[in-house]
Amino acid sequence: MSDVQTDRAVDDGQDTVWVQEVAFIDSVPRWAAMTFVFVVFIGVWQLVTSLGIVSPIILPTPWETLEDMIFVGQNLLTGGYMLGALWITIKEVIYGFALAIAIGFSLGVLVGETAFGEKAVMPYLVAIDTMPKVAFAPLFVAWLGFGIESKVALAAFIATFPIVVGTAAGLHSADENARMLFKTMGASRWQTLIKMKLPTGLPQIFTGLKIGAVGVMAGAITGEFLGGGRGFGELIRVAASQLNTPRVFSLILYLSLVGLALYALVTWTQRKVVFWHKERVGAYDG
Amino acid sequence: MTAALVHDYAGAPIGAPVYELSNVSKTYARNLVVALQDVNLTLRKGSFTSVIGSSGCGKSTLLKIMAGLIPPTKGRVVLQGKPVTGPRRDIGMMFQQATLFPWKTAAENIVLPIEIRDGKAAAKKALDKAHELMELVGLKGFENVFPNELSGGMAQRTSICRMLITEPAVLLLDEPFSALDELSRDMMNMELQRICREQEATAFLVTHSIQEAVILSDEIVVMKPRPGRIAEVVKVDLPRPRTLHMMTTHEFGEIVDYIRGMLDKGEDM
Repeated sequence: MSDVQTDRAVDDGQDTVWVQEVAFIDSVPRWAAMTFVFVVFIGVWQLVTSLGIVSPIILPTPWETLEDMIFVGQNLLTGGYMLGALWITIKEVIYGFALAIAIGFSLGVLVGETAFGEKAVMPYLVAIDTMPKVAFAPLFVAWLGFGIESKVALAAFIATFPIVVGTAAGLHSADENARMLFKTMGASRWQTLIKMKLPTGLPQIFTGLKIGAVGVMAGAITGEFLGGGRGFGELIRVAASQLNTPRVFSLILYLSLVGLALYALVTWTQRKVVFWHKERVGAYDG
Repeated sequence: MTAALVHDYAGAPIGAPVYELSNVSKTYARNLVVALQDVNLTLRKGSFTSVIGSSGCGKSTLLKIMAGLIPPTKGRVVLQGKPVTGPRRDIGMMFQQATLFPWKTAAENIVLPIEIRDGKAAAKKALDKAHELMELVGLKGFENVFPNELSGGMAQRTSICRMLITEPAVLLLDEPFSALDELSRDMMNMELQRICREQEATAFLVTHSIQEAVILSDEIVVMKPRPGRIAEVVKVDLPRPRTLHMMTTHEFGEIVDYIRGMLDKGEDM
């Protein structure tokens, strides 16, 4: 639509020729634009630290951070103690996500498919969802101890609700015509659910799964901050208490790779399963 | 045309009553609105009937009752000698939207009614028949295409095949082409006429377009609202097969005018 405004008229005396001008950003490939932002970010970071505007205890230089990342990377690759910690956190994330999917999907079908669920269960789910869920962490520790279980519980607890909402919304997304069509074909309630409502709702269900995948990561790390244990979150907490900020930064970056991998896995699965549904890059809403 | 085609799927000769409604009334319990009052209607084998009327005249209620989707409050609804008490496989239905499912190919969408009623194995066996039907509606070569790649008209042709796959005795058409542009709509109406003739189908069409009703129908049921009831059944004596060219004839215009006059009177009430 900007084409209309940027087109330029050139009159050669006989005809008016409209020259189409392509906006500069449209001619730049995505990787180049992303690299540009990255370079600017690192540049500003370097400037702020080398000019001494921010104390190195608060913000390490990019170089220090990179050095520490290499150190941490070596430790991870050689099977050092950090790998063990990372593995614990990954297990918490995987178990938490699996649990959230199982519970979230079941509850989503309950509130999305049954009138009872929508009338009687949904209000409670909404009420719990509005609570600050992180505040439940001490309870989970008290109930399940300082081991991996309390972190799994918190991770699942946080990730469940978006999956419930996504599933319920997905089941509601089938239109009136599709419902009527299935009725005229004499489809049972089960058939209608399996063959029509669930496939129709898959885009929303995956939206819920993606939000859940982000939440499960936050849940696991928060659980480790508040409930101890021997995961990656504990390494971060210890590094922070020692004012080892380069370590904190590099640990966070590695941790975000785990989150990114989980998110990418969900997105990849969505592309394979919901092949008919085209989606914008990085969009939450389908 | 072979002798076998003269008889329909149930063996009734052409012109025999297929669908009979007698004294059908419907009152909605929620607000006590009388949606239909004493509707008497007979659809004969191989005939094309349209129902037309302003909104609130009960035509969609009538269609739902005929499809077995909702029960009437009183009255008898009999299809092929058996009372309609719920959705049946000898009733084919088509809606304004094609309502194809994007995760199934065109052919898989067509055999969906078989899949629902008889299971996946039966649906697979019916694929050959789906391909034949697609050829009938001019969709040969699109069997394995997903609905996203079909145009609006092609999608509606696919949904025609889905309606025909169970060999229904009656076709209930709920404004099937009103979502299409006018050119495609005229073309699809002619297609529909050809398909109905070749299949010896008994068709019942709900429409908002008087022209569409006249060009397609043998009989037009004009309904009036509050309470929903049949005002008159208008016979259309134009020769068959109908062509779009007939829409410019004097006889066509007369029938259209007559029906429009009746509908206008209905608005005053």
